[in-house]
Amino acid sequence: MTLDCPAPHHEDDRVLLGHGAGGRLSAELLGSVLLPALGAPDGPLEDAALLPGHPELVVSTDSFVVSPLFFPGGDIGSLAVHGTVNDLAMRGGMPVALTLSLVLEEGLPLSELRTVMASVGKAASGADVPVVAGDTKVVERGAVDRMFLTTTGIGRRLPFMRPTAAGARPGDAILLSGPIGLHGTAVLSTREGLGFEADIASDSRPLHRLVRVLAPLAGHVHALRDPTRGGLAAALNEIARDSRVGTEIDEARLPVPAPVAAACDLLGLDPLQVANEGCFVAYIAASAADAALSALRSLPEGCGAARIGEVVPDHPGRVVLRTLVGAHRVIDMPLGEQLPRIC
Amino acid sequence: MKYLDEYRDPGLARRLLDELSAVATQPWRIMEVCGGQTHTLVRQGIDELLPAGIRMIHGPGCPVCVTPLETLDRAMAIAARPGVTFTSFGDMLRVPGTHTDLLSLRARGADVRVVYSPMEAVRLAAARPERQVVFLAVGFETTAPANAMAVLQAARLGLRNFSVLVSHVLVPPAMVTLLEDPDCEVQAFLAAGHVCAVMGWREYEPLSARYRVPIVVTGFEPLDLLEGILLAVRQLESGRAEVANQYVRAVRRQGNPVARSVVSQVFRVTDRAWRGMGPLPRSGLELTEEYAEFDAARRFDVGRLHATEHPECIAGAILTGARLPTDCTAYGTRCTPRTPLGAPMVSAEGTCAAFHAAGRAPTPRSAS
Repeated sequence: MTLDCPAPHHEDDRVLLGHGAGGRLSAELLGSVLLPALGAPDGPLEDAALLPGHPELVVSTDSFVVSPLFFPGGDIGSLAVHGTVNDLAMRGGMPVALTLSLVLEEGLPLSELRTVMASVGKAASGADVPVVAGDTKVVERGAVDRMFLTTTGIGRRLPFMRPTAAGARPGDAILLSGPIGLHGTAVLSTREGLGFEADIASDSRPLHRLVRVLAPLAGHVHALRDPTRGGLAAALNEIARDSRVGTEIDEARLPVPAPVAAACDLLGLDPLQVANEGCFVAYIAASAADAALSALRSLPEGCGAARIGEVVPDHPGRVVLRTLVGAHRVIDMPLGEQLPRIC
Repeated sequence: MKYLDEYRDPGLARRLLDELSAVATQPWRIMEVCGGQTHTLVRQGIDELLPAGIRMIHGPGCPVCVTPLETLDRAMAIAARPGVTFTSFGDMLRVPGTHTDLLSLRARGADVRVVYSPMEAVRLAAARPERQVVFLAVGFETTAPANAMAVLQAARLGLRNFSVLVSHVLVPPAMVTLLEDPDCEVQAFLAAGHVCAVMGWREYEPLSARYRVPIVVTGFEPLDLLEGILLAVRQLESGRAEVANQYVRAVRRQGNPVARSVVSQVFRVTDRAWRGMGPLPRSGLELTEEYAEFDAARRFDVGRLHATEHPECIAGAILTGARLPTDCTAYGTRCTPRTPLGAPMVSAEGTCAAFHAAGRAPTPRSAS
């Protein structure tokens, strides 16, 4: 019996889909190519940045390349609004204004563009935020896949609300505002025709109102993160790394909808690594945890909020899951989202 | 959730563990053959909760891990050709061949696509007659029926632009190889439930009798595994060696006769090299002569392409359960899911990847 295995040569001179997936590969690309070129200072990578000279303002920008353009629970238009509004909200920012940039493929049916723009308008008015500037480019057929959108948002921070990825502290309760795994599985199921569309719709929605109900507890809200690409696993790892704290999560308390669990089982996906677009994870001082949970549950979009774990003084930077059968395992940073182009 | 929550109940898990502690009077070594079972065991930490002395040995049952290097190199050679659309299940895309992997080929411009069923590849071939569509048909007895159906459908449609690169493997011959090894430590097997859902367990009966080894057909949920282990330990403790079926909700003794007949119509048994284990007689499936026109290796003339493996990682010892991933000097350092040296670190069902994902630390070594 031979006991050998090859050592392959790895490609590292090309951009791979995994570089855009929000996991380890994305972090490598940022650290090795993007940030050094910009002379970016070291420090946590936040969902939205403070505007220099204006400590009450935050800014965020995001591109949207989701395929397909339309999926149960949303489309690229509403997603482009919600994604940026939510990034602002994760720094305690309420949206003030958005800009919208469109890159359109030659030959795109105008009816699709109209539908997407109507959705942008509806989502923006639903989030009480005006779209104040924009740009449109058209490229030849094949240069983009139908349409790519980019939104930039400015937000004004709620008084005393200063959540940061580096803000979690031992003793904090970890709350999740709603169920996980819906967006990624809805998009995948639609794209691949897997037949889960009847049971699973994206959770795409604005989250700033949920953040606003936490305003009375502002000083106790230490960190917020919406687990988009890379899912909850990436979000928990990022906060643990940037806050230099340990995290313990209870598998039995994770709200995974039954159809999502079934789809993930069938496809070999981990619900913890599947993208979300309508929930956030909140690190709240233990003394305020019950009040925060009640506040989140007072809004329809927070009715499924749950306390899923706590920040611990041990194993800084590590996320540990208490499994259903009572053992412990480490939740690692995903290498890369297994589902490309989900937002 | 009906039929899922019932098999993940913490209280029932605790009761099964207590029962196992009460039954086990001495150390026993049990192999779970299937990578899906390895994943559940490690993911849930079940192997660390078992009573002292009950040791799980992780078997070779990850179809991605055992796919021979030359099959992968042949896949890359075909995928790199102009006019070819190469389709595969997603977990094969990152498995390293000698020089590259399918994902990197795609980044360089090859038309490599993930499909969720071989029928998708057939539909693609029907829709794109100007392209040669190739499907990478790997896996155990579990995936063979669907792949056979795809070939039958392509034949029915008269598709001249669809072919399959076949590297199917069969479980019982691998079990025999392990049992014949004088160093074999395995005292009982958990057989893979989904393989038996197709094949049944009749072929395991002579194996169990000849080698005096209990074999328990087992499912994939935490409670399935705990119950499978309990049934195996009960047999070991009472000196019995039989085939038992824990997975009664999915498996019958005769398996699925329709699926088996489709497989035997399209495929025939052949010798096959297993990555890490070498050539095993009558351990694989290949297309019968009647369907040889759908053989991608023949169509693209890559059958003579042979790969040379060199000893960089201990995948073979891991696939046979002789060593643990954490025993490997490269584990977690030079070999991670980001830079896998071998297939067991690539596939979600690979033992090394399961250990790494669960944060298992390498075995401490002296500085000598």
